[in-house]
Amino acid sequence: MNTFRKHVIQPIIDCWSLIVGLKITGKYFCKPLITVHYPREVIDSENLSTYGGHVELIGKPKDPATPKCISCMMCVTNCPSGCLTVVKSKAPKPTADQEAAWKAAEEAGEKVEKPKAPKNPAKFIYDYTKCSLCGTCIENCPAKSLRFSNNIYWVATSRAEMKIDLLARLKGQAAEVSAPAHAPKSEASAPAEKEA
Amino acid sequence: MSAYQNSEQMKGDFYTQKFEAGKRDGTLILNMGPQHPSTHGVLRIVVELDGEYVVRAEPVLGYLHRMHEKMGETQTWGGFIPNMGRVDYGHPMAWNWAYCGAVEKLMGIEVPERAELLRVIMTELNRLTSHLLWWGAYILDLGAFTPIMYAFDDREMLLDILQRPTASRLTYSNFRVGGLQMDVDDKCIEMIKAFIPHFRKRLPMYKDLVTDNLILRRRIEDIGIIDQDMCRRYGCTGPVLRGAGVAYDVRRAEPYSVYDRFDFEIPTQTSACSAGRYLVRVAEMEQSMRIIEQAIEMLPSAQGGYIVDKAPKPAMKPPVGEAYFCVEGGRGKVGVYVVSDGSKTPYRVKLRAPGFSNLSAFAEAATGTLIADAVAILGSLDLIIPEIDR
Amino acid sequence: MSAFVQQLLVLIVAAVAAMIWLGINALVWVYCERKFAGHIQRRPGPFEVGPHGALQPLIDGLKLMGKQLLTPDNADAILYWLAPILSMLPVLLLFLPIPYGPVLTGMDVNLGLLLILAFSSFNGLAVLLAGWSSNNKWGLLGAARAVSQTVAYEIPLLLVVLAVTFMTGTLSLTEITNMQAGHIGNWFIWKQPLAFLIFLVAMFGETNRAPFDLAEAESELTAGFHTEYSSMGFGLFFMAEYGYMVVMCSVCSVLFLGGYHGPFPGVDGWWWMLLKTFALLSFMVWVRWTYPRVRFDQLLNINWKWLLPLATFNLLATALILKL
Repeated sequence: MNTFRKHVIQPIIDCWSLIVGLKITGKYFCKPLITVHYPREVIDSENLSTYGGHVELIGKPKDPATPKCISCMMCVTNCPSGCLTVVKSKAPKPTADQEAAWKAAEEAGEKVEKPKAPKNPAKFIYDYTKCSLCGTCIENCPAKSLRFSNNIYWVATSRAEMKIDLLARLKGQAAEVSAPAHAPKSEASAPAEKEA
Repeated sequence: MSAYQNSEQMKGDFYTQKFEAGKRDGTLILNMGPQHPSTHGVLRIVVELDGEYVVRAEPVLGYLHRMHEKMGETQTWGGFIPNMGRVDYGHPMAWNWAYCGAVEKLMGIEVPERAELLRVIMTELNRLTSHLLWWGAYILDLGAFTPIMYAFDDREMLLDILQRPTASRLTYSNFRVGGLQMDVDDKCIEMIKAFIPHFRKRLPMYKDLVTDNLILRRRIEDIGIIDQDMCRRYGCTGPVLRGAGVAYDVRRAEPYSVYDRFDFEIPTQTSACSAGRYLVRVAEMEQSMRIIEQAIEMLPSAQGGYIVDKAPKPAMKPPVGEAYFCVEGGRGKVGVYVVSDGSKTPYRVKLRAPGFSNLSAFAEAATGTLIADAVAILGSLDLIIPEIDR
Repeated sequence: MSAFVQQLLVLIVAAVAAMIWLGINALVWVYCERKFAGHIQRRPGPFEVGPHGALQPLIDGLKLMGKQLLTPDNADAILYWLAPILSMLPVLLLFLPIPYGPVLTGMDVNLGLLLILAFSSFNGLAVLLAGWSSNNKWGLLGAARAVSQTVAYEIPLLLVVLAVTFMTGTLSLTEITNMQAGHIGNWFIWKQPLAFLIFLVAMFGETNRAPFDLAEAESELTAGFHTEYSSMGFGLFFMAEYGYMVVMCSVCSVLFLGGYHGPFPGVDGWWWMLLKTFALLSFMVWVRWTYPRVRFDQLLNINWKWLLPLATFNLLATALILKL
């Protein structure tokens, strides 16, 4: 009798689970869709603001086109993937007159005030193909000049495009913020940035 | 038979030829993978089939080997952390924790209480995403297309939550030696608090749609027996071991961090079959939520910040010595062993991947089953191939 | 003589109409299936080509036609390319005896049911040829599965059809439909509920649809019997699958749901037939996107241990009741 129950009655009772399954999929069939329908809809900016895209520079509050960066190379040393290239600015080349003046001053035994190299980097190249988005550069930046961008819509069609000049990007962003109507749409710009 | 089987070049590679040597008459040697829908990436299994019955099976590894251990010897101590996010995309937080824990042990760093609680919350949330990913993919292996979409619906919410404190959605590498990369904001805690009741409501739906389904039950019950004895022989841990009736969980057996403060159960099943492992994982999701709830309650009164004061820089130099730290990952015991010679880079990093031991039990468990069962057993082991190959 | 010519003309027109009907059905149901699946999974499904993605199956068909026809190394080329044709051709024939409306019958043969059952078995042969000749181990496994499956599931199907024909005394589908005229109570589903259920289950087995899609079991056999097929070789199998689904659902609605007769008198028409067929097709799609796949031995067990005894019992019971 037990075998009969196990092999005949029980499977018939268990068939109810099949109907329950149909009921669930049927219920969800009638419910509204939950996917974001990309070209027509976009992800809400709240979610986007926490998205960690590629690394970007932060401009000075008063001069948004110049980064806070002081070319200390902490990011370059600590980057595990070696994806950042920072070139320090050189001191402006003295003109012939200045050079002559300094020479004369030195010969006279005076202390010469040569202009120092600006702290801002001359070049800040970021290779996205190598980056693992670990954020080590951001934490170790003493000037707090780096952050993750929210640039979710960025596409590149070649490897060369994945190498971003972050200084140029910052300038483009600054120009866009100051004159949004006239600013030419920069290559890496996206809806996300316009809000920023 | 035909020209292609007789030609020397096309006889198959080393593994096939080696396998061919012991072939019985009238059987078929079949390469399942490396490109096969149910091997989840690039696992290759050479099987000898008698009709549809598996006579022998042998996993062939190495198609996704990325030398993580060797990379550890060239990266700085801090620079190796992103690698931990890539070892196992299913549950990267556990790997992060195991590595950071080992280095902290080596350097004698005391992690602040708040950081520990945040680590617990994030790792448990990540365990939920890991189990949801497995759940959906496993049912997909068994032929149902819809449940994975429902699972990803919930998983997506978890990813949105985890995106806030980690800035990434899959390969998290937000653990740092001595704490975490960023603090968790209030909005994130709110989202977690909202997610848990939502997910509790979803679990019965999963149960009705899949767990109770007659077809699924018949597919996974009493196949792929991996009992206690086998687990011991192969070193299986995690849900595979708990599915065999051993209540072994690193969180309870050798409590690390603050896990000794939480009240949670270790779900076990005695059936030792695929269904047992399935049910253990489903029950674990509930336990993870319990831990998260308790951790969130403890959070406001926790001491310290999200990272220890004067946290070591990425180019730290731990004292000469060695340390082993293990945590409970989504797939089992994740262990990291580090040796320092006092320099900026580790002398040796050894990763103990639970999936590797779990997979090795597959050949024995699958022998004598149907090929469809072999797929069901493979799925029930919850394999993440990058973790196995490392 | 003129009668013969007239009949021939009707047949040609019907055959062409059947071809168009099959083409339309394949397109419509590929689209509907993907939309159904999408909405069950709470995503939109195809959306980009045409309004709401309506032209997607057409574009997919064009894409398939543009692909290269590949014959694998050492495959039996003749059998290999014969298989998809053999799978497709009988489907056209199967549409002929089905009465879609009071006058919408391609060829009113008095052995229509037999014709359908006989020619639908061609599919098993085509699948076997495809799997066998493509020189692929997955294909071979799929073919072996397909043959045992189609052979097994044909038996309960025949037995329940036999039970219905016991009641009707005819194999002509038109006459079977006409016996269910009047109102909903006359439909055979009420007289043969068990037969209807068995037919429904066997239908899934016969058309290789999930949860009984063992011959192509994607997660086990990659693509089963059509692993090696590219371009329209695969396209024909695909169309034939939908063709068989439509035929099976049409037969089911003729046998059990009153064909083109409405649920109450005076509203008969082809739309009822269409509605019933499409409702059954939707059910097949719904089932596919809900359940996991059964295992092969379970598939045969369901057949031999459940469907077959039940169908036999049903047949005997029908005979007994008719005799009394």
